[in-house]
Amino acid sequence: MAWLQDRSTVHYQTLLVGGFALLASAVITIGDRLTRAAIAERQAEDRLSSLRQVLPSAPPGNALLQNPLRIGGDQEQDVLVYRVQQDEQIESVAYQVITSGYSGDIVMVLGIAPDGKLLGVRVVSHSETPGLGDKLELAKSDWILSFNGRSLSDPQPSRWAVKKDGGDFDQWTGATITPRAVVKAVKQGLEFFAAHQGELLAASSSDPGDSQ
Amino acid sequence: MNDIDYRGIIQDGLWRNNIVFGQMLALCPLLAVTTTATNGLGMGLASMVVLLASNMLVSSCRGVISPEVRIPIFVLLIAALVTLVDLAMNAWLHELHKVLGLFIPLIVTNCAILGRAESFASRQPVLASTLDGLMMGLGFTLALVLLGACREILGSATLFAGASLLLGDQFSFLEITFIENYKGVLLLMLPPGGFLVLGFLLAGKQLLDQRQRKLPAKTVELPAAIQPQPASQ
Repeated sequence: MAWLQDRSTVHYQTLLVGGFALLASAVITIGDRLTRAAIAERQAEDRLSSLRQVLPSAPPGNALLQNPLRIGGDQEQDVLVYRVQQDEQIESVAYQVITSGYSGDIVMVLGIAPDGKLLGVRVVSHSETPGLGDKLELAKSDWILSFNGRSLSDPQPSRWAVKKDGGDFDQWTGATITPRAVVKAVKQGLEFFAAHQGELLAASSSDPGDSQ
Repeated sequence: MNDIDYRGIIQDGLWRNNIVFGQMLALCPLLAVTTTATNGLGMGLASMVVLLASNMLVSSCRGVISPEVRIPIFVLLIAALVTLVDLAMNAWLHELHKVLGLFIPLIVTNCAILGRAESFASRQPVLASTLDGLMMGLGFTLALVLLGACREILGSATLFAGASLLLGDQFSFLEITFIENYKGVLLLMLPPGGFLVLGFLLAGKQLLDQRQRKLPAKTVELPAAIQPQPASQ
């Protein structure tokens, strides 16, 4: 084992780097195991609380997260639609819309009433510049509330844009790309609703558990 | 081994050899994050934890690490640490993670952490290295908060905006708005503003250091001239 004493040999160094890599991966694996359940729980809580904000009539508890409706979206991924159902009537639906902002994806949830009016829009996650593009958070600005009650016919489709582009929605000083992306994505979300209205509003009678 | 200058380590970390103002390292996360004092504080604290742990780890492994492969091993250790901090914060400090989540992976790119591992922790005993990590981290936090506060006050006329999101509601008293409906100075919010403010802060530190150098020069001269006399009597 003389080569173990001499730290300049290739054997020793290979073993050293390999050993540390193994150790680091082991520790990260353990860390991942320890935190996975808690992180999933936090994310479910986050999703629930953001859904709750756009679906005012949602029942308490996490029944909302169960049995989401799966609809093939325009993108490669299916859209998961969470619905509030009262008896045989769909009261409101909510789903995620993802768009790319100034730096990375902006994930939003839209809550929509059966008549196609927006109940609310919230941004779930984004990576826009702090202090500039982060006015889409409700904690920083109430800009996002300007979508409340809007629909595809209010304002007219041609005015679904920021004011700079001749539309109805405010942009912010120093950041036009972010609000522009959000307005466009909300409009696309409403168009998704219009395209799949039948599917979305068909109450699932096979699932009597909802009204309980 | 025993004559470690702990005082010197503290002074180095906080002022003399401060990561930002002394070594001019870690400017990338610095400029990206310091749009508000709160963001600076959060990033500083997260970096401090990583710096402390990495210094401690590197120092306790310094006996087995051979110099030829030390850099990959340090990088590996730091990356693993940051991943763990990220996971732990996401699971147990979820509110904080939502605010800072964006910046935590950036800590890996903080060359100051590798720099301290290389230049200090790989040569010094564990206790001294841990203290060095803590002090360097504190100094970094101070620099981030100072720069963030300057940019925030000048750029958007607020101070510690969003502090209650980071620290909890009991700290909402920190949030100050100086001018309502201030339009903001966009330049200061963008990275060039960070460079400008950093430049002024560096100039300020130089000024203070120069003044400091002149003052002790006089006070040291006096006892040196007086002391030999009583000793010879």
